[in-house]
Amino acid sequence: MAKPTTPRPSRATAKAAAPAAGADHNRPRPETPTDYKASKEELLEFYRQMVLIRRFEEKAGQLYGLGLIGGFCHLYIGQEAVAVGIQSALKPGKDSVITGYRDHGHMLAYGIDPNVIMAELTGREAGISRGKGGSMHMFSVEHKFYGGHGIVGAQVSLGAGLGFAHKYNGDGGVCVAYFGDGAANQGQVYESFNMAELWKLPIIFVIENNQYAMGTSVNRSSAEDQLYRRGESFRIPGIQVNGMDVLAVRGATEEALKWVQGGNGPILLEMKTYRYRGHSMSDPAKYRSREEVQAMRDKSDPIEGVKAYLSAQGVGEDELKKIDQDIRKIVSEAADFAETSPEPEMAELYTDVLVEQY
Amino acid sequence: MGIAIKMPALSPTMEEGTLAKWLVKEGDEVRSGDILAEIETDKATMEFEAVDEGKIGKIMIAEGTEGVKVGTVIAEMAGEGGEEAAPAPKAEAKEAPKADAASEAPKKAESGTSKLASDVKASVQDPAIPEGTEFVKTTVREALRDAMAEEMRADERVFVIGEEVAEYQGAYKVTQGLLDEFGAKRVIDTPITEYGFAGIGTGAAMGGLRPVVEFMTFNFAMQAIDHIINSAAKTNYMSGGQMRCPIVFRGPNGAASRVGAQHSQNYGPWYAAVPGLIVIAPYDAADAKGLLKAAIRSQDPVVFLENELLYGRSFDVPKIDDYVLPIGKARIMRPGSDVTLVSYSIGVGLALEAAETLAAEGIDAEVIDLRTLRPLDTATVLESLKKTNRLVVVEEGWPTCSIASEIAAVVMEQGFDDLDAPVLRVANEDVPLPYAANLEKAALIDSARVVAAAKKVCYK
Repeated sequence: MAKPTTPRPSRATAKAAAPAAGADHNRPRPETPTDYKASKEELLEFYRQMVLIRRFEEKAGQLYGLGLIGGFCHLYIGQEAVAVGIQSALKPGKDSVITGYRDHGHMLAYGIDPNVIMAELTGREAGISRGKGGSMHMFSVEHKFYGGHGIVGAQVSLGAGLGFAHKYNGDGGVCVAYFGDGAANQGQVYESFNMAELWKLPIIFVIENNQYAMGTSVNRSSAEDQLYRRGESFRIPGIQVNGMDVLAVRGATEEALKWVQGGNGPILLEMKTYRYRGHSMSDPAKYRSREEVQAMRDKSDPIEGVKAYLSAQGVGEDELKKIDQDIRKIVSEAADFAETSPEPEMAELYTDVLVEQY
Repeated sequence: MGIAIKMPALSPTMEEGTLAKWLVKEGDEVRSGDILAEIETDKATMEFEAVDEGKIGKIMIAEGTEGVKVGTVIAEMAGEGGEEAAPAPKAEAKEAPKADAASEAPKKAESGTSKLASDVKASVQDPAIPEGTEFVKTTVREALRDAMAEEMRADERVFVIGEEVAEYQGAYKVTQGLLDEFGAKRVIDTPITEYGFAGIGTGAAMGGLRPVVEFMTFNFAMQAIDHIINSAAKTNYMSGGQMRCPIVFRGPNGAASRVGAQHSQNYGPWYAAVPGLIVIAPYDAADAKGLLKAAIRSQDPVVFLENELLYGRSFDVPKIDDYVLPIGKARIMRPGSDVTLVSYSIGVGLALEAAETLAAEGIDAEVIDLRTLRPLDTATVLESLKKTNRLVVVEEGWPTCSIASEIAAVVMEQGFDDLDAPVLRVANEDVPLPYAANLEKAALIDSARVVAAAKKVCYK
């Protein structure tokens, strides 16, 4: 019998996984996180980044419609609070990040130049992967952003490897491995959970639960649909977080970092979120109603949420308008850059297959 | 006469072993399950149990004796029944003990791999080795271990990860001693979880380390092939040269002895089909060492295909500090003028053996060991063809879409005018490898088939 497919966003404060019946109650567990207390400046920065992601993605959607972007293109609209909230808690150049193919938002939140991201989407020489990766395969080793992976779930094992490298090198860094509710059903995720806990790897597993694995809702695909519990049998504690609220996301990330940096091994954060667009640009999204999407936009929009926090701190529309205008300019310049940059030279076809000459 | 206690076969490939220690002496009463002796195979020291009750009569083979053939009578026991019976070993005796000529015990079924296990040496020295170099007799197994140990000493970033690589000292003993020298931080046992640890290794390489990922055999790497191909091989290209993946995936590949279809296949052609990978498949111990060191140093992802049947074979390894070989260079193992035999891994031994037979019949064969399957050293092959005008590819693997097919295509495209006969492929039969000894034998290549093919292209 099918369970109701209506998403259940938890507006309430984050809840940490209660130990299962018969579990070892003496085992230490992370504290239940509280919402992050952001300063006005921090809130403005969150707002700026989230609006940048949204406008960027809208523009990418347009360019796709014009045929300037090809292939698969997965937009992050609706999920902005997750990447922005988590990235803001990380130390650039020290902590590493890896994600799947819905990666534009994470890169922008990491401060990577929108021009080179957009130019990659249009397949140009100036793109961050010289036009050879595309939307799903972008990397910035300089920013410790390790992709950008097209195989669902692969980034979880790879992320555990990055965590392994942090521990091996003793550099104090933490890896954040993002994956979706769809990837959460892949076998290798659990292989990685097992080893990550066994070896106490410094890694935060982040499930961005946007409710749909392409067209299949969590309820139709997951025997345990409370995904934050998925690490329990590996002794990895899980916390369910309102992923539509950037302060809840940041607060939970602080707690997760404390846990991981305390040498306790990995932790799992389930970010309950929602994507407004289809799975990719070619998805008609017939598996959910317009009303459902509209209700999320009306009641839970992450950008509107930050606006409300800002308003409470006395920041008016005027100040935000200024930011909005700046962002529109950045995005429009990125689009121009991506449209006018030349395609890769033919010689690029054969470069970078191997590093060395044999 | 009492019960003859015979040297047991303690692994699928064991042919002889060392009687390390007797735990009983003449006149001792033993019961079923008592440990009689410790026997050292090339992989491990195993305990050998009594099956029957009785008194130990005469001990025929003293402890410490090396090279005791499977099936040799090592002691006699005065049994109650007085009937002759062979004791079964405690663990993993997958074959009946080999009978000696006088015994009535069932004849040991001879694996088809016995004819593969040639250790014929190259007739010419690798030109890369300077004249006057001293050589040390080394097994392929030791050579591989030495390569890893040397690279681990030289580079802190190098570590070994896989199933049973540390405390067990390697399922095939290849990592023996590494845990003792380098500790648990750098020699890491994993759960049985190929997809997961291949991904962790690949991620660690992306994060700047130099992993050596051991697969217990490459058959199990099929569970992990996504990371080898999609994650490791493609990242440098997809990132526009930004993100490297310097990793070695290594382990035994190809047919082992009597282990059936799921544990017996050659993945050389599979991986060699993938741009972004380096694929190496050495034959002798010197190449195993020199190429594994090169693989660990390479900034590219390497699939390093070993062969279980060769692990215990001894070859001369040059005593040179830091012996590193170039990747992507084939080696002429035996010069000749009438026909070129191209092979790699265990097939090289068969090609050399065939060349000896052919020489006796007046055909002078040149034998080329490809050593690296990707990138393929086609120049060496084409150069040889110019001289011999005839070519046979010898491959312990399936014929379809094989390395042999690839060589045939390259030769047809680039060496057509040099050919005096069609290129022939000597490969395994196009079937999953059967278990039955006679069928296994029929499915695998042997030197007689190589000889026949060589004669055919020479029109003799």
